[in-house]
Amino acid sequence: MADGRKEPKSKYTLDRGMPGAFEGETVTRRRFMTGTVHGAGAIAVSAFALPALGFAAGSALFDRPPVEWEAIGAPEDFPDDTYIPRVITEVSGIGQIGRTTIYVRSRNDDDPPPNPPGYDEQYIAISTRCMHLGCPVRYIDAAKRFVCPCHGGVYNFLGGVDGGPPVRPLDRFYTRVTNGQVEVGPRYSVNSEFRRFPSYRDPAQDLDGIGQYLYPGRFSTPKMD
Amino acid sequence: MKLPLPPLPSALKPPPKPPGETERVPPLEQAKEAGIATADWIDERTSLSGPARWVMFRKVPKGTNWFYTLGSATLFAFLSQAVTGVFLAMYYDPSVTNAYESARHITNDVFLGEFVRGMHKWGSTVMVILICLHMARTFFFGAYKYPRELNWVIGVVLLILTFTMAFTGYLLPFDQRSYWATIVGVNINGTGPIAGPFLSDFLRGGAEFGSTTLSRFYAIHMLLLPGAIIALIGAHLYLVTKLGTTAPPWLKAEGSDGLRDEQV
Repeated sequence: MADGRKEPKSKYTLDRGMPGAFEGETVTRRRFMTGTVHGAGAIAVSAFALPALGFAAGSALFDRPPVEWEAIGAPEDFPDDTYIPRVITEVSGIGQIGRTTIYVRSRNDDDPPPNPPGYDEQYIAISTRCMHLGCPVRYIDAAKRFVCPCHGGVYNFLGGVDGGPPVRPLDRFYTRVTNGQVEVGPRYSVNSEFRRFPSYRDPAQDLDGIGQYLYPGRFSTPKMD
Repeated sequence: MKLPLPPLPSALKPPPKPPGETERVPPLEQAKEAGIATADWIDERTSLSGPARWVMFRKVPKGTNWFYTLGSATLFAFLSQAVTGVFLAMYYDPSVTNAYESARHITNDVFLGEFVRGMHKWGSTVMVILICLHMARTFFFGAYKYPRELNWVIGVVLLILTFTMAFTGYLLPFDQRSYWATIVGVNINGTGPIAGPFLSDFLRGGAEFGSTTLSRFYAIHMLLLPGAIIALIGAHLYLVTKLGTTAPPWLKAEGSDGLRDEQV
């Protein structure tokens, strides 16, 4: 060849005069052994790496917690013109860390949105988790507003965004009345039109327009029905 | 006057020294040689003296100055974090109910606990500051240019790992500040489109801050990240040794006269 390199060997074992070669054979013993060793190594690594990865991520991503209802008081405890704070357990078994404050009131007839078919909720339970980055908001009765201490997020009486950085209204909890007690169930998210998203999203995840597709529901949230 | 000794019968004469035996070395001399002998013994079996010389006796360019010590300073900050972290782990309990109490115990009860915890806490800030200064030095001196781009890339990964270290370590004291900072941090992470929500689930171990969140952060903080950082520091230092350091940009290159003529 012009550049002085050796002519590449034929890929056929027969042309290379190898013992035991036959027509059309291209896999030499060396190639076969190399491939076998690489394959065996890959299998050995995946044998511990894949289970380990599944162990680390599987239950975190796919374990769906059960739907749990917690009684928070008698129906007459909750007026319809202000919120009553209650502390509920969101994650059990971890003490104070798993507890969170919610604000509860009776539903008004003109409350947007109307109950979706299949739901007859008479109580509104609003989460204190700010939809900017998750700090705890506080309801201020004089202003009829929820205010976040971290970056000044402000929400109106319905929990819709009035000002500041939050991207969507405050999360809510399913409610029902059983045995004369108001009970709260799983959390759900709403977009700016108060449409329900049963698989609740983390704060800062927009649910209007393209946001609902960019931030899909997860497999790790409790599932109603 | 000394009289000659009477001739001894051959049976009583001291035996002659066997051929080839060397002079007996006095014990003090032997002790002095012990270090060298040990090093020789190891070197004879490993041939490590060559690589050691390759690492330690390097040519450095003219104009090397104190700014070039920022990398080693970062390395020593990391070593300090590693050592204090190992010993803090002996007293720390990464469970949601006991973490705060065990951290309080380290600070208030354990001998030198406040000091060692303080070293780890303030050392983390020092390490972040130093790694940023080191990066700035590399940038402003143009030391990231060919053929050192790969080392810059490794350095950027080390920077990200250091920030991840700082983030995961922030939760461990498990006070109000730790808890809410982690809530905020994980939620910022969740804003990444498509993958963000699932990555947050992976970090928390579920959709909510739960029973395993703290131990996940602890495992990432003290096992996963240190391993990755140590491996990458090794690669980083190998490339520094292999490629050498750069001269500061204000130093003019000393070309030959012929080269200067060509430039004119």
